[in-house]
Amino acid sequence: MTEATIKKGRYGKFGGQFVPETLMTALQQLEQAYEEAKQDPTFQQKLNGYLKDYVGRENPLYYAERLTKKLGGAKIYLKREDLNHTGAHKINNALGQALLAQRMGKKKVVAETGAGQHGVATATVCALFDLECIVFMGKEDVKRQALNVFRMELLGATVVSVDQGSGTLKDACNEALRYWVSNVEDTHYILGSALGPHPFPAIVRDFQRVIGDETRRQILEKEGKLPNTIVACVGGGSNAIGMFTPFVEDEDVALYGVEAAGSGIQSGLHAAAFAELQEGVLHGAYMYILQDEHGFIKEAHSISAGLDYPGVGPEHCHLHDIGRVQYDAVTDDEALEGLQLLSRTEGIIPALESSHAIYYAAQLAKKMKQDEILVICLSGRGDKDVQTVQKALEEK
Amino acid sequence: MKTLQTQIERIKARGQKAFVPYVMAGDGHLEEQLLYLQQKGATAIEVGIPFSDPVADGPVIQEAGQRALQNGANLTRILKELHTLQATIHIPLVLMTYLNPIIHYGIEKFVREAEAANVKGLIIPDMPLEEADCIQPFLIETDIALVQLISLTSPLERINKLAAAAEGFIYAVTVNGTTGSQSQFKSNLHEHFEVLERAASIPVLAGFGISTPQQVQEMNQYVDGVIVGSAIVKAFHENNNSHIDELLAAASSPIRS
Repeated sequence: MTEATIKKGRYGKFGGQFVPETLMTALQQLEQAYEEAKQDPTFQQKLNGYLKDYVGRENPLYYAERLTKKLGGAKIYLKREDLNHTGAHKINNALGQALLAQRMGKKKVVAETGAGQHGVATATVCALFDLECIVFMGKEDVKRQALNVFRMELLGATVVSVDQGSGTLKDACNEALRYWVSNVEDTHYILGSALGPHPFPAIVRDFQRVIGDETRRQILEKEGKLPNTIVACVGGGSNAIGMFTPFVEDEDVALYGVEAAGSGIQSGLHAAAFAELQEGVLHGAYMYILQDEHGFIKEAHSISAGLDYPGVGPEHCHLHDIGRVQYDAVTDDEALEGLQLLSRTEGIIPALESSHAIYYAAQLAKKMKQDEILVICLSGRGDKDVQTVQKALEEK
Repeated sequence: MKTLQTQIERIKARGQKAFVPYVMAGDGHLEEQLLYLQQKGATAIEVGIPFSDPVADGPVIQEAGQRALQNGANLTRILKELHTLQATIHIPLVLMTYLNPIIHYGIEKFVREAEAANVKGLIIPDMPLEEADCIQPFLIETDIALVQLISLTSPLERINKLAAAAEGFIYAVTVNGTTGSQSQFKSNLHEHFEVLERAASIPVLAGFGISTPQQVQEMNQYVDGVIVGSAIVKAFHENNNSHIDELLAAASSPIRS
C-alpha cells in the first residue's frame, strides 16, 4: 500500500479496519464512545480508582539484585505486572474496556483468549460489573490451560472451546468475531491484545500504557535517570506496547520486543511474525502475519499459549519498520531456561510468555555495563504454566 | 455499466428475479457445478475462494472451505481453472474472496488475471468501503464490478454512501451474522429493503441465511433477487441436486404479493 492510502487508524501502512460491513457501525460507535471517555474526567477517575483498589496498582518496579549479580552486567529491574489481581497485565485493558461497555450500555461481553489470562481478566471484570460474559478459547489451549478455564467458569463466564483450525488463539479470534457479528447490537468485544481493527489497537495501548507510565516515574525516583534498555515479550503485543509507549520519544532508551521462536525459526514451527516479514490482513488489521505461499494464514507454534499467534499488532509493525524497536525471538527451550533462572534467583515464577523476555534480557544484561539499567516487563505470573513446564522439563 | 449489472437489469426489465448461487471452488468439481447452475438458469454465480480464516462464514461454508483447502485449492489454481472455462460458462462469475490471498498474490496482478479469466464481479467480505482504495483504482478500467455489502446495522447515511459506491448489484445482508446463519429474519426486514431500494440506483440482491424455496420467494417480494450460498454448497456436497432445482424453481416462479 502506498503512502497516499494512509488514513485514520493507521500506523504507517499498518492497521486499518478490515472487517465485515456489519461491524463497521459498532467500530464507529466504539471509537466515538472511547474518544468521549478519554475527555471525561469522571471516567478516568473511575478507572484509576479500580486500578488502585481492585487491581492493586501501582505495582512495584523491583530491583532484581540476585539476578543482576548472577549475570554480572546491567542493573535489572522487573516491572511486576504479575502482582496485579488475576496475575497479569491483561486486567488493565479488560477493566478499561468493561467500563467502556458499561458506558455504551452494552450488557454482554465477548472475548477471545489464548493462555486464558485475558479470558480470566475479562470474566473477572464482567463479574465485577454484572456483565454477561462469553469467552472463546482454542481447543488446544483449553487442554493446556485447564485451570484457567475453570477459573473463568467460577467467575460466571461461559467458555466455548473452538475446534476449528489449529484450535489456538487465532481460531478463538475468528469465533469471537463471528459471535460479535451475530450479536453486535447488545454485545461489546473486549479484544485482549494490541490487535484487530481500529480503534482496538489504540484502546488497548492506551489502557496498557499505565505499565510504562509507572515504570518511567518509578525508575526516575529510584535511579534519577531513564533505563538504557527495556525488554518485553510480544504475542499480539499488548504488554510491550503499554510498556514502550511512554519511552518511544526517548531515543536513548533501547527497546526490545521478544517473540516466540517455538522450536526454532528454521524449523518453521514458531510464532515470530518479524522473522518472516510477510504483510497481510488478519482479524481486521494490516500487519505482519505468518502465511504460506498462497496467502493462507499459518499456524503459530509456541510453548506459551499467550504468544501463540501468527500476527503482531500494527503499531509494533510500524515501530519495527521505522527502526525504533528491535524485535527478536526466543525458543521454547530458552524460555524454559529463563523461567528457571528467575525462579531460582529471585523466587519469582514468571509466566512462560514473560520468560521469553527474561531469557532475552539476560543475554543483553551480560553484555551491558554495571552502571547501566535494564527493565524487564514481567507481564504475568507462572502459576498457570507449572503443569506445562513440568511436562516440558520431564521430556528433556 | 458493467456486464454484471447489465445482466441483472435485463432480468429485472423482464419482470423476473435474479438468482445468484454460490459455490466453493475446490469443493467438488467446479466446472460441473457451474455448468449445472448455468443450465438451470442461474443469473450469475458467486465463486468462493477458500481461506484459512473465513470470519464472515458460518459452519457450512467453513467446512466446504476446509475440504477445498485439503484438495489443494488456492487462488492461483482457481484463476487458471476459470480461464479455461470461458468457452462453456457464459453467465457472469463473481469471485468472493477474503482480502489476504489477493494481497499476497499482488493486487494489480490479481485484477489483471481475474479480468483475463472473464471474472465480472468481486466480493471481499473483510474489506469495507473505507479500505476499498487498496483495489478500487485497479478496477476502474475493467469490467469487474466491486460489489458492496450493506448490513442491517448500516445507518442511513452510510447506506447512501455505500449505495453510491456500489457496482453490479447491492448485496443486502439479511441477518446480523455469518453466511448460512439460522437466525430468524427480522419482522421489519421489508422496511430495511425499502430504504435500500430508495438509496440504490442499481439492483438489490438479498443474501445470508436464505436456504429454502419459501425464503427465496419471501425475499423476492422486496428485492431484485437473491444470493444462496450455504444451501447450494450443502446440496452439491450431499449430491442433493433436487434441492438446487427447487430453489431455482422458486426463484423463477411468479411473485406472491
